[in-house]
Amino acid sequence: MKRSAQKPINEMKLAFPSYSENERFARIAVSGFLSQIDPCIDELSDIKTAVSEGVTNAIVHGYKGTVGIVQLNVKIFEGGRIYIKIQDKGCGIEDVEKAREPLFTTAPEDDRAGLGFAIMETFMEKVRVRSKVGKGTSVVLERTVRSRKQRS
Amino acid sequence: MSTSIKTENDITVAKINGDLDHHTAKFIRGEIDREIAAEHPVRLIIDFSEVTFMDSSGIGLIMGRYKLMQDLGGDVVVASPPAYIKKVLRLAGIDKLTRIVGDVRSAMPHTTPDVKENGISGSTEERKKINEEIGSETN
Repeated sequence: MKRSAQKPINEMKLAFPSYSENERFARIAVSGFLSQIDPCIDELSDIKTAVSEGVTNAIVHGYKGTVGIVQLNVKIFEGGRIYIKIQDKGCGIEDVEKAREPLFTTAPEDDRAGLGFAIMETFMEKVRVRSKVGKGTSVVLERTVRSRKQRS
Repeated sequence: MSTSIKTENDITVAKINGDLDHHTAKFIRGEIDREIAAEHPVRLIIDFSEVTFMDSSGIGLIMGRYKLMQDLGGDVVVASPPAYIKKVLRLAGIDKLTRIVGDVRSAMPHTTPDVKENGISGSTEERKKINEEIGSETN
């Protein structure tokens, strides 16, 4: 099968309820899927951390005490570019700019540090957030990884 | 995920095993806070040597314990974080809030008799290090 440069060379989709147990499952699933391009350990570790932040935001803030479905879509493109979309149909974010500010949190009593977006922005090359109050939020994370084979 | 917590000579050492994320942080926090409430230590050492993953939930955990220990007049020391955890700690500025040391022993002060009793006053280098620490703490 011939695949064009614009189309992903591989893709996966996952949907799971917003139970906090699934935070670990989500990052392990992403890490397992990306293992086929053989990323370096530190790159994989950065991606896992960013995914964990995005999924935790959906669970803690998007669905806030309720249970809804978190969707995860991961695409791999030629050259090691990866695209990860984390989506919820929860409460949405009123002020996305404010939410992205480091140390801003709506849940300090729960020991939330307010660093989720700061970590996603540091560990990934691109972070795009789309949100509508009452409809939900989607976070797209992008980064190009260099496989260990390419490095050697 | 499991946490082993021990308090000796007013120092609580909490060794976290496994992943530290939003799901596990609430259990770990509960265990540490119970120990602090019961023992009133002067120092809390959080040992990260067996932590396999950490996101910003770990930062929240450290910051929360830092505030708690400050209210009690004590402090928090972060011990043995692996490289990828150090990256998250630095990003959050935890290194400006608490001391980060290479191993639990380096986080142990306190008084020379305790050190002798614990039998770790062996080398001159170690003794020098501990004396320096006691000096910096009393200054």
